[in-house]
Amino acid sequence: MSKPVVIVGASMGGLRSAEALRRFGYTGAITVIGDENWAPYNRPPLSKEVLAGEVVSHETVAFPQRAATSDVGWVLGHRVVSADLEHSTVTTDEGEIFEYSNLIVATGLRPKRQIYDNNIHAGRHIIRTLDDAMSLRAELVPGARVVVLGAGFIGCETAATARKLGCEVTVVAPGTVPMLRPLGEELASELQRRQEAEGVKFLLKRTVSDLVGESRVKAVTLDDGTELECDVFIEAIGSHPNTEWLEGNDIDISDGLLCDHNLRAVKATGDSWNNVWGVGDVVRFPNPIFDDVPRRVEHWNIPSECAKYVGNAIATGEPGEIFKPIPSFWSDQFDVHILAFGLLALADSSKLVQGTIDNDCVFEYYRGDQLVGAAGIGLRSVVQGYRKNFES
Amino acid sequence: MIKINVDMNKCQHYGMCVFEAPAVFKLNSDDKLEYTATADDSERANVEAAVDVCPMQAIFIVD
Repeated sequence: MSKPVVIVGASMGGLRSAEALRRFGYTGAITVIGDENWAPYNRPPLSKEVLAGEVVSHETVAFPQRAATSDVGWVLGHRVVSADLEHSTVTTDEGEIFEYSNLIVATGLRPKRQIYDNNIHAGRHIIRTLDDAMSLRAELVPGARVVVLGAGFIGCETAATARKLGCEVTVVAPGTVPMLRPLGEELASELQRRQEAEGVKFLLKRTVSDLVGESRVKAVTLDDGTELECDVFIEAIGSHPNTEWLEGNDIDISDGLLCDHNLRAVKATGDSWNNVWGVGDVVRFPNPIFDDVPRRVEHWNIPSECAKYVGNAIATGEPGEIFKPIPSFWSDQFDVHILAFGLLALADSSKLVQGTIDNDCVFEYYRGDQLVGAAGIGLRSVVQGYRKNFES
Repeated sequence: MIKINVDMNKCQHYGMCVFEAPAVFKLNSDDKLEYTATADDSERANVEAAVDVCPMQAIFIVD
């Protein structure tokens, strides 16, 4: 029997890879190994609908399972701890060794954590997994004082959700404006204004330097020495790629797994492994729509785009055309629904092109005079029209 | 024939499905999603792709 395609990571990227392999005609064995006990589920609702729901359950976020992938071998609750790319094996924390014909790296991200002198855990939360959301949900009761550290999308979405649940919410972040990097000054400032209008407080150019409390968090100490009382402390300060298990191989994992234009892992010589592939936000890849700089892209559509590409390449034995996905993202905060295409973080300027800033509006984002993205609140058809700017 | 259901309580009219299965999904002049409740079997792959790209995971194929 030929060796299976082994997919490490059983979240959206892993599932979509398995589906794509079947869709493009691969009929051999597929094994998916993941460290969570849950079958693949959708993460974005964890900071929003799921957190706001009466009941947090796997069922509400699970991806539908399709007949085409019913014979995929799921190895859940097992962490892959090492890989030997020369001998085409991976090994789990229980010492089980899996041989592969092709390896798909889809291990995603984990939240960065702050290290505090007062290392208490009760009342302290992150949001990445369903289990994280379940434990946080139980503490977001009306009147609870919530401090969110970090003003990226997850921090701001979580703040909005907690506020809607009746919590007193303060977002603490070192930057000058929330969501500045992905959205630019003007749109980001407007979103801050809308969050504040809903009652979310922002303490910017500040960070949390320590926690206060004995058995559980009862306050945080800010870097200016002031104390802010709280019942719940949520860290949302960005993510770290899960690549430690790949250490010791001829690859570059300095910031995610470096892959080439075909999503194959790159060796030190500059050649690529012909049977090691990257899928999702763990991957650093060049995207010729924008330039030749490899980047990690933490947008929800990227795992699916990678999976489609890699599944096709493995199934057909042809890498095909180079990989150039159009990044897109959305964010829901209160009744504000943002949709964007492109890599807005590359921009050095943005301009309002339709609507008005305090209502529905569309912004274009430029790096020099190159259009690198567009984002809008409402005006969907207009925003969608920008997608074709990035098609080749 | 396949049956399609969109949970309109979840749908935020992002319209990503429109790119995948334009024969089934469209945004109307008010930028609201409209869709046909049934489609030919030949549309299954496109509708599955639409299911996959829906940010709200609001699209269901009723088998």
